[in-house]
Amino acid sequence: MPNAATKIAHGLMLAAALFAQPGMAWAAGFSIQDDLGHQQQFSQTPRRIVSLLPSLTETVCVLGACERLVGVDRYSDFPAQVNKLPKLGGLDDIQIEAIVALRPDVVILSPASRVHERLAALGLKVMVLEATSQADVKRVLLKLGELLGTQDGLKIWQQIDAAIHLAAASVPPAARGLTVYYEVDSAPYAAGEASFIGEMLTRLGARNIVGKALGPFPKLNPEFIVRANPQVIMIAQGRAENLAGRPGWQNIRALRDKHVCQFDAALSDLMGRPGPRMAEAAQAMARCLSDSGGKP
Amino acid sequence: MTRSKPLSLMLALLLIACLLGLLSVAVGSSGFSLDGLVGADPVQQQILWQIRLPRSSGAWLAGALLGLAGAVAQGLFRNPLADPYLLGASSGASLGVAALLALAGTSPLAASWWLHLGLTGAAFCGAVGAVILTLILARGVEQTMRLLLAGVIVGVVLGSVTALLMLVAPEIMRPMQAFMLGTTGFLGWPSVLLMGPLLLACLLAALGASRALDAMTLGEATAASLGVRLNIVRMLLIAVLALATGAAVAQAGLIAFVGLVAPHLVRSRLHCNHSWLLLLSALTGGALLMGADMLARWLLAPQELPVGVVTSLLGGAYLLWLMHRQPLLERRK
Repeated sequence: MPNAATKIAHGLMLAAALFAQPGMAWAAGFSIQDDLGHQQQFSQTPRRIVSLLPSLTETVCVLGACERLVGVDRYSDFPAQVNKLPKLGGLDDIQIEAIVALRPDVVILSPASRVHERLAALGLKVMVLEATSQADVKRVLLKLGELLGTQDGLKIWQQIDAAIHLAAASVPPAARGLTVYYEVDSAPYAAGEASFIGEMLTRLGARNIVGKALGPFPKLNPEFIVRANPQVIMIAQGRAENLAGRPGWQNIRALRDKHVCQFDAALSDLMGRPGPRMAEAAQAMARCLSDSGGKP
Repeated sequence: MTRSKPLSLMLALLLIACLLGLLSVAVGSSGFSLDGLVGADPVQQQILWQIRLPRSSGAWLAGALLGLAGAVAQGLFRNPLADPYLLGASSGASLGVAALLALAGTSPLAASWWLHLGLTGAAFCGAVGAVILTLILARGVEQTMRLLLAGVIVGVVLGSVTALLMLVAPEIMRPMQAFMLGTTGFLGWPSVLLMGPLLLACLLAALGASRALDAMTLGEATAASLGVRLNIVRMLLIAVLALATGAAVAQAGLIAFVGLVAPHLVRSRLHCNHSWLLLLSALTGGALLMGADMLARWLLAPQELPVGVVTSLLGGAYLLWLMHRQPLLERRK
């Protein structure tokens, strides 16, 4: 049967094309591996997407597929248009029924969300993607680009990377090497070098007083900060009320020289969100460093 | 029962507190080291005088308040499992802190009066408010059982409101966790100056009611027939309980087990009347928390364990040992 033979030959050629150019995969079925190592088969580019992580929501939108989102988690708030979508709960109270009812082609979420097994068991396609570093942001951009059938991922990453580079270059030489303490919370929890925030600070030329060995967000002895005597303190607005009132803190250089940068809620949210807007976070940090280093 | 035994235990506890105090000023973010104590380096001096000393004494005071509150609660409810958080103080304090943090995250202007209280003020108001709520729900202090039940109800309901707040404002989760696990990190001289006089006042008030507590061990009816004015005594002791617990929780967070274990530790050493029990429980609680605080900053330095984790581990292990050595309930029969 020559017809069947041609079909098989066509199929093989198609498959070869698929493997050669994963970006062209929407032509037919394709498969993608998520961060848990699960292989997901797709017969076509997903058109109904549920995202359960703010940074993934932003990534989908920056890849130009915002209108394909049919539902997001409670904390996804950017770009503004996602606020009109059904909110499907947070980390611990994901509304599984509502997600199933939305009939998504794929659900993208973080490994911290515990619902992925439940959703997969209900027959939904689930992609678990982890983003905790700049390298992760790039990887997630490329992977979601692959999923959405677009090649823009790399280009967008290059823009982000260039913007961060520019922000780093905007820090004057006098402000390089400043010692910084980034307080995530008043227990006190710090953002160490190993965290996403710390990674950005390092790129901007700042010296984090909390080294890699202590892990990403260690709970520190407050005395450690007094002893390290940082030149700059970065903190969320509203958390910085009484820094000087903490025992022994009034003599810390950052407080004495008034080099305490307070980031508003939106900005400090952004700093801890490894997504496509991280260059904005870099710019805010760079401004803080420049302001602190400009004055003696 | 002689006088010398409680007296010697008291002296021993004071000695332990002094030794722990001396030891703990040598423990900090750089682990255990003595060289910092003798140097004239201003930073080192500042760390010693403005951080470690007030922190250690603050931990002792908070522990003493909790130990005292525990002894009061166990005497008042004649129940060895009673602890300072029995009447809802802990859940009230959590709710106060959660409400403050959540409001601070949203609109600082709308809640300026509440923000003005600060975290410690919010925790204290929450703790005392919860106890008052318990009293209202129990319609006064006439019935111990009703008080206990009302306390449980207040605890559960306020706890769920706190959980709800944390769900709505997830950014408060981390500070809430820090509060609920107890934290001695920011105890300064103001905290010490606040807790010191309060401990003294609570101790005096409780000691004043100690004879009534002794009488109440014979049963409330007997105590009443002996001339104890039950309602007044209960009111006074609940006030002591609320103030002592509220102050400790406000300064150091929800520290587990110290209030429960301290009176048991005392009772396991000697049989004594309530005046000694109250005093010794306070001293034991102080020594316990001071020791736990020292361990908390030592074990992982420069990182810290939440002090409540240390007290829970130590306290849980001790209760387990006590339970197998000598079943509590049998002993009371």
